Amino acid sequence: MPVATENLSQILYRDMLLIRRTEEKILELFSAGKVGGTTHTCIGQEANAVALVGQLDRQRDFVVSNHRCHGHYLAYGGPLDGLLGEILGTANGVCGGRGGSQHIKYDRFQSNGVLGGGIPIACGMAMGEKLKGGDGITVVSIGDGALGEGTLYESLNMAALWDLPILFLVENNRYAQSTPLHLGVAGSIVDRARPFGIRADEIDTTDVEELLVWSSRAIEAVRLERKPHWAVMHTYRFSAHSKGDDTRDEDEVRAYQEKDPLRIQSARLNAEQLDEAEAWVRDVLGRALAACDAAGEAMKL
Amino acid sequence: MRVLEQLNQSLHAVMAERSDVLFIGEDVLDPYGGAFKVSKGLSTAFPDQVITTPISEASIVGLGTGLALQGYRPVVEIMFGDFITLIADQLVNQAAKMTWMYNRDLAVPIVVRTPMGGRRGYGPTHSQTLEKHFLGVPGLTVLAASQALDAGALLRIAIEEIDTPVLFVENKLLYARQAIEPGELDMRKSDAQVPTLTIGGGRPDFSIITYGDNLSLVLEAVAYLHEEEELNGEILMVHQVSPIDFEPLRVSVMTTRRVVVVEEGIEAHGWGAEVIAGLSDISLEAPPERVGARSLPIPAARGLEEQVLPQKQDVIDAVIRTVDRYHV
Repeated sequence: MPVATENLSQILYRDMLLIRRTEEKILELFSAGKVGGTTHTCIGQEANAVALVGQLDRQRDFVVSNHRCHGHYLAYGGPLDGLLGEILGTANGVCGGRGGSQHIKYDRFQSNGVLGGGIPIACGMAMGEKLKGGDGITVVSIGDGALGEGTLYESLNMAALWDLPILFLVENNRYAQSTPLHLGVAGSIVDRARPFGIRADEIDTTDVEELLVWSSRAIEAVRLERKPHWAVMHTYRFSAHSKGDDTRDEDEVRAYQEKDPLRIQSARLNAEQLDEAEAWVRDVLGRALAACDAAGEAMKL
Repeated sequence: MRVLEQLNQSLHAVMAERSDVLFIGEDVLDPYGGAFKVSKGLSTAFPDQVITTPISEASIVGLGTGLALQGYRPVVEIMFGDFITLIADQLVNQAAKMTWMYNRDLAVPIVVRTPMGGRRGYGPTHSQTLEKHFLGVPGLTVLAASQALDAGALLRIAIEEIDTPVLFVENKLLYARQAIEPGELDMRKSDAQVPTLTIGGGRPDFSIITYGDNLSLVLEAVAYLHEEEELNGEILMVHQVSPIDFEPLRVSVMTTRRVVVVEEGIEAHGWGAEVIAGLSDISLEAPPERVGARSLPIPAARGLEEQVLPQKQDVIDAVIRTVDRYHV
């Protein structure tokens, strides 16, 4: 195992690579007709998940994610074969194939495909932690699309009123499905939380190491002050909203691909380290897929 | 004791016993004590267990769900039942799905209580009986309080014993009604966790299946039919509106072979249709009858409201139709 000798830069790269290769595999399986339904990948946004969710303490922190949840799930530490099995509909799926790509629960992590629905639930989880006197925090992750949902503003109000230990992770990938930001979001994203008295911060980078430091401050602020925090990451997804539904300008997508978080991070690694990471991911992914094959179809209801 | 006191005292008792029961809602603090006074005294007695909230129906149900996931047993009050349209996503797509969708042994013991129903002149958006839209949702239990079964005890079952989300319906007129004392009526209780009551003695000629505060007009109709038409009615008082426990209903209808279903919600596409479908293999002496509200919004003017909501005479007429066309 290479893990023991890895440095932080390698670990961050390897964790992002695992998400990237997993989602590429998922899209491949869809294209090959091996999976039905739909899926939403976070290709291009991996640094956000690894930098923020990857730093949480699985023993005490909670994550409420959304339809684009694979990266958050893997960064949280959810088992890979459970995710692939869930999407493939095999018996080892983390939810037995019932939830599929968008509806996953593992330990203190959960996701749901209805935008905005999870935000007040995350507030309730944060309130529960507060009432129990615990020091866990709840991270609720939303995108720019969910900025149109009323429950978000109701939840910001509640979070501020009751000093809930909740971190709003806002990944602005500049498109809500096919709708560009300027057609769906008025005003400032970062300023949305401020009139509630909630501390807000934003960052516009795909560099996982910058995001790591920034996220660490956000997490510690919520953990220590027991107050909400609004953390906006300006990002971009390289893949379609779900599968083939991409109407964005190709030049625009290419321009953002210059800032691929994997490319940025790979510059910090030597060729051997990069090969090592690829080999590790290939091995882990291969074993997870084999586990799905071995598990067979999801159980009969 | 009035049904309102039963509910209020039950909440006082359960919150005194258990610090994991939280009461959440709008305007629920003393001295106001909630729009219908169900929460009277709770915030004084249990200040740490009562949370007064902004007017955010969807999000306070979400809040309750999150608290339920954290091991609490929250009771969320929606001030008027008409507002449950605002919480549909939280109940249908979130709370009710979790246990099964995530395929794990996950308790989501949230109770959403709400006053439903008309006959008080509150008009089109404060008088409806909307629980029909939440019937048949997998993972969601819909209960309705009545005068006939201790409403406080029923609420305790919802809070303490049911580990999945519960929509708990309280008809507004019930609050002021006196609870029916044991022995006051000839009643048999089913063995289910949430009992159905079979009311009426002797050899029944017809069955009336209903829930909630419809009991009051059904009792009047049955009394009238007994006195004027010499017909004996058996009333099936359902407390678990969804999913339906058909067993006690079938026992009665197989005897009487005449059935009328009464609900306050709009009759079209209603609960009564589901009840009748579940009895459809029983050969009846007459077509089954449904009594419910007309397919109109509920008007504010008293005289108009009466024309939309089911009345005692509608129940009497429905029963007569089941006997007249096909003689006893």
